[in-house]
Amino acid sequence: MVEELLRQHGKPEKEVYFDLENSGLVPQEVVEAMLPYFNKRGYGHPSITHKIGWEAYEVVHTTRELVASTISAPDPENIVFTHSGTEANNLAILGFGLANRNKPGKIIVSAIEHLSVILPAEQLEKIFGFKVMRVPVTEEGFVLPEIFEAYMDKDTVLVSIQAVNHEIGTIEPIEELVKIAKDLNPNVVFHVDAADAYGKLRIDVKKTDIDLLTISSHKILGPKGVGALYVKPGTRIEKVIFGQLSTQSLWPGVENVPAIAGFKKAVELAFKNFDENVAKMRSLRDMLMKGIVDNVTDVLINGPTGDKRAPDNVNIAFLGVEGEALTLEFSLRGIYVSSGSACTSRMLEPSHVLLAIGRRHEEAHGSILFKVSRYHSEEDINYAVEQIPPAVERLRKISAIKNK
Amino acid sequence: MSTRIPLPYSPKVLELFRNPKNAGAMEDATVKASAGSPACGDVIRMYLKIVERNGEYYIEKASFESYGCAANIAAASVLTELVKGKSLREAWEISWRHVTDELGGLPPIKYHCSMLAVGALKRAIREFFKGKKYPEWLPEKPTWEEKQVIEEEKMIEKLYSKYAGLGGR
Repeated sequence: MVEELLRQHGKPEKEVYFDLENSGLVPQEVVEAMLPYFNKRGYGHPSITHKIGWEAYEVVHTTRELVASTISAPDPENIVFTHSGTEANNLAILGFGLANRNKPGKIIVSAIEHLSVILPAEQLEKIFGFKVMRVPVTEEGFVLPEIFEAYMDKDTVLVSIQAVNHEIGTIEPIEELVKIAKDLNPNVVFHVDAADAYGKLRIDVKKTDIDLLTISSHKILGPKGVGALYVKPGTRIEKVIFGQLSTQSLWPGVENVPAIAGFKKAVELAFKNFDENVAKMRSLRDMLMKGIVDNVTDVLINGPTGDKRAPDNVNIAFLGVEGEALTLEFSLRGIYVSSGSACTSRMLEPSHVLLAIGRRHEEAHGSILFKVSRYHSEEDINYAVEQIPPAVERLRKISAIKNK
Repeated sequence: MSTRIPLPYSPKVLELFRNPKNAGAMEDATVKASAGSPACGDVIRMYLKIVERNGEYYIEKASFESYGCAANIAAASVLTELVKGKSLREAWEISWRHVTDELGGLPPIKYHCSMLAVGALKRAIREFFKGKKYPEWLPEKPTWEEKQVIEEEKMIEKLYSKYAGLGGR
């Protein structure tokens, strides 16, 4: 059936992949860095004392060193590898909850956190009696320091705010928020989900005094299957998965060594020419955003514009059309995106992020998320800008909702 | 043919999404009716051109407008084809399962698309008989599909009350 469906879809004349929020292409260099670890070297368990184990350990350890250096973490031992960003967020939130279950205090998250933060926090409320507060955000998705301060108090034991929102690209004022939190309670643990910030924004866990920080490999064009959690020494956190044999105390199991080798290469590529990469993404981002706004009527930009927006993120609400239908129409034209519609997410409600910034349900349903990378070209953007208006037009023509 | 399929789309849905039949408003419609709500991301509007022959009413042609996913568009397309030339009595008997099977099946999460299409058709038929004598085959009480549509339309009010942020309107 899938085969038949693919045949029916056909191959578009040109293909541009913008769905990097959900996952995406892995550059050839990264794939090549992974390959030896399947069957040439280091294909063993990194905890075992033989040559193959040591080869595996070497790549795991040097990746830890590299990741630590990119966020100014004092010691490579501060980096814990997991199997995904979702798992790293769960380790941060549930791990904190387990370690502090005897004193369940208040947990503050923003209303637009990734669900892999919000849902485990809700579990802590249900299981151990922590109290979870969701800080509202502005129409552009900002957590305002003065609002955050009103929620923060000395009973707040854990705060989790992302550095960059995954859907609308809002860059949160993390330094200011950490300062407010620690002034009010020096013992508070501050977790930052940096899955969408890492490789696009400079992060310094020492200077900013961050306690826990989540990183995800596939968000920087590394392979799927690796996440990392930075844990500041002395942070009260316990493991949440139990088993045996690992090089790390907070996470048992066999590390995904080939993927870690690929992640290492992806980190190297993201941080080599960092500023150039970011400038390129920003320029492509603005080109795409302007191209859409100039050529399609009745659109809204979700999230901020300019320096306070992640360099890779474009999120547009196309009024009068439904996002899943638009995703498919784009697909037929070789443009791959995802939408904030309830249909796409397979949940009853549209994106909680878009609702939290005050988008109406029908605006959220028609919202499309594009992410650009250093591998996109101006030609790709031009192709998208050429294909998007007629795609929207076709669906608007048969739409049961007409914009005035 | 199975009603339930694991993917969001069958090849038939994709084909009808690409080339929907009878899409667009109808200028000379006898009656029109909508079902669903924009907030749910799901609206189907049905247009029917109805003619009388020997005391029986027939659907000469039908068209639709859709705000919704590909399955929504495809379901409306299939239904407008199914009812063409049928008497209102015959059209009333078409069930959501019939529409779903015509589509080559839908995953359960998309069943509501065919319910919405059938719901819009039933509303249009009721609308036609408004102020006329109700035929004996037309039940006073809403049918199952009509109830599903009302449920979906009501659900959204509950969802809205959950979100009150700084950006809220």
